[in-house]
Amino acid sequence: MLELEGVTVRFGGTTAVEDVSLRVGAGSVLAVLGPSGCGKSTLLRAVAGLERLDAGTVRWEGRDLAGVPTHERGFALMFQDGQLFAHASVAQNIDYPLRLRRAGRAERTRRVEELLELVGLPGYGDRRPATLSGGEQQRVALARSLAADPVLLLLDEPLSALDRSLRDRLAGDLREILVATGTTALLVTHDHDEAFTVADRMAVMLAGSVAQEGPSSEVWRAPATRDVAEFVGFETFLSGAPLLAFRRAAGASGDPPTGTLALRRAALRVDASGQLRGIVRRAVTVSDAVQLQVDVEGVGAMAATTQDAGIRRGDHVALRADLSLSAYVFSGNHQNNG
Amino acid sequence: MTPRFTAQGVTLGLATLVPVAFLAVFFVLPVSGMLGRGFFPDGSLDLSGVPDVLGRTRTLRVLWFTLWSSAAGTALTLALGLPVAFVLYRLRFPGRGLLRALVVMPFVLPTVVVGVMFRSLLSRGGPLGVLGWDGTWVPILLAFVFFNLAVVVRTVGGMWEGLDRRAEESAAALGATPWQVWRSVTLPALTPAVVSAGTLVFLFCSTAFGVVLTLGGLRYGTVETEIYLLTTQFLDLQGAAVLSVLQLAAVVVMLALAARTRRSRERGLARVGATAAARRPRRDDIPALVATALAVAFVLLPVGSLVVRSLRRAGGWTLANYRMLADPGSTPVLRVSVVQAVENSLRTAVDATVLAMVLGLVVALVVSRRPGQRLWAGVVSALDGAFMLPLGISAVTVGFGFLITLDRPPLDLRTSPVLVPVAQAMVALPLVVRTLAPVLRSVDPRQREAAAALGAGPWRAAWTTEAPVLARPLLAATGFAFAVSLGEFGATSFLARPDRPTVPVVIYQLISRPGAENLGMALAASVVLALLTVTVMGVVERLRVGSVGTF
Repeated sequence: MLELEGVTVRFGGTTAVEDVSLRVGAGSVLAVLGPSGCGKSTLLRAVAGLERLDAGTVRWEGRDLAGVPTHERGFALMFQDGQLFAHASVAQNIDYPLRLRRAGRAERTRRVEELLELVGLPGYGDRRPATLSGGEQQRVALARSLAADPVLLLLDEPLSALDRSLRDRLAGDLREILVATGTTALLVTHDHDEAFTVADRMAVMLAGSVAQEGPSSEVWRAPATRDVAEFVGFETFLSGAPLLAFRRAAGASGDPPTGTLALRRAALRVDASGQLRGIVRRAVTVSDAVQLQVDVEGVGAMAATTQDAGIRRGDHVALRADLSLSAYVFSGNHQNNG
Repeated sequence: MTPRFTAQGVTLGLATLVPVAFLAVFFVLPVSGMLGRGFFPDGSLDLSGVPDVLGRTRTLRVLWFTLWSSAAGTALTLALGLPVAFVLYRLRFPGRGLLRALVVMPFVLPTVVVGVMFRSLLSRGGPLGVLGWDGTWVPILLAFVFFNLAVVVRTVGGMWEGLDRRAEESAAALGATPWQVWRSVTLPALTPAVVSAGTLVFLFCSTAFGVVLTLGGLRYGTVETEIYLLTTQFLDLQGAAVLSVLQLAAVVVMLALAARTRRSRERGLARVGATAAARRPRRDDIPALVATALAVAFVLLPVGSLVVRSLRRAGGWTLANYRMLADPGSTPVLRVSVVQAVENSLRTAVDATVLAMVLGLVVALVVSRRPGQRLWAGVVSALDGAFMLPLGISAVTVGFGFLITLDRPPLDLRTSPVLVPVAQAMVALPLVVRTLAPVLRSVDPRQREAAAALGAGPWRAAWTTEAPVLARPLLAATGFAFAVSLGEFGATSFLARPDRPTVPVVIYQLISRPGAENLGMALAASVVLALLTVTVMGVVERLRVGSVGTF
């Protein structure tokens, strides 16, 4: 088990990581999710032993890793851009950690083939990294990391450099491979879909600190603060009079809990039988839906969605609210209404 | 420094002590010894001579000549070098590789040989003798351009080659004329390289020794030749010390300038692969192509004249000049045959190269690390600068300093044959570091981190990621160091024992004496020496290492 306690990393005057405490249980995958520049990569490098801690401890199976150099930690780190050795073939790259451990020739050959099979690149052994596509390079980098038989796999935005469809497919593959090999992993990413697909638990990191940590589904369903909610994709935030108006129209009973109601776009759908009324201010067609900006009577601007591509700006629409896609959050640092 | 590199850091730190000690004993000690003689003539500080030395009309004349000839040489070299850099690095045409090699060749030619070339070209009886330029300052200026063209072409060309053409194209698409594109996009992008090259050319011109000594005679002197004359002819050590300090200060300023522009050059500019950027010549490239043709003719003319005149004597074609090279009794000027001198040259050059490579590799390894702590980062950059110093400081000062400081136990090396290779290694060392360090710096530090994360220790990680890219630059730097050692004249002229001279020393001795036979032998020896260095550099050029000769 990996335990971080009060981990702090500073660069000169700026604090990149501040007082972060996390645990990753054996065999589980934790995603550290945050916008770029939030310090998540620095945290990962600190775990790998590539950055010095200014405070706090990193422990593996109860042992403090202070002073243990990177190469003796037994963790493998996979970079965003793979960092394959350009002068070596694919097989030599994967073979590298095996050679470092002085594994026998037969075992090395077998293992390289096995790993190429695992990442879906059988027969690629003799290729040079430069001749591979971005996705293939990342697969090789993953195979190389796994070849080290790491007790903990550290993944730094492993799929961010790839285009969308490839990323979705590889994220699924990555999840399967991690589960199949029972690897404990710490993943760092800014893409929440990637985090959801690959990890069991997630920690949302904002401005150097962990804002919320828990099972992925819980963070998804019930973000703790407004900042977290914004980051994991909630778009509309209601409080005060608009909130009361919205609750009435949506048919909710009883007193509202304190705080701000955060809603996902999908929480508000165009539905002729809906009780909310509004005027469409903007309609944008994306791949699988139409995204709307609606001025809702008595409530104000809200994000909504529909499957009806015929809806235009200025149309009057009826909307149905689905409160299972909403959550009450405490105000984060932002005060403006979304 | 991150904790994991501590052990490696300590080892590297200890390894650095070797080149640092070398620099201290064979550079700082002689230079300060030389300065000490000048400023502490009787054991106490005596600066009374400073205003006296600086007030002499002769000193002023020398300073003035150094300044304007260097400035004019730099301006001319840039004017000719920029179009050539454009043609050789921005256009694609057959024979480009050959032209690049040709234009770079003069830089590795021994200074004495360049001097002899221009004399053979411009002296009475030479192909351009009718111009009456022999004995004026014109040949000196021409030799400056000849010698330094390579610096401009390679520094600016290397930058130009990698520039993303799309910036120019988007300016043109916005309606800029070719001239506006050049002014507003290309030139600003090239400025750091131009400034860097200009600074270095000025540095090389203002500290030129062999060329000025062979071409200027006693009429035209630079600070460097004046130091030589003051020490060897007039034994005026104080005057020499004053001029040395002046030169030292100027050189440090220029090196700092060059380093600053280099740093700004190394950061963000969109760079693309060379093959993507080069295009075929068009009609509007004609002026640049003409300039390139001129430059090629300018490089070939003195070379051709040297070769032709070395094959002639008394109006007829003959190999007599070459035959005399093997005969120790051919001229009373020399105590050994030129062939023996070639042997000496090769032997010392091998020693000097080994020395320069071992030390240069250690320095390059150290200065390419990027320690996290500010203190160590400062130490690394100070080292980087310190090992550049020998590039600009008067070789004469170093050479004479050797003689006056390394003359008593435990360092009584006056008669030791190690002095010459040591001095030559000192001259080659900055070039070796300049060739290796940028290559090492270009390796993404995350490559090492990736290797470490896979279980490789610091040394293994460095070996895995850096050794493969270092192989060719190492070979190239070896060739470069060898060529430089072969041609070194300034320090060697002081240190070579009369019975073991190197070829540049022999050539200088031959041309300082009258007589057609002596001149003929000097020409033939120059051809031999030029062939040697050009062959070595030809091999280097074949390795296609971009950073050689770009500083």
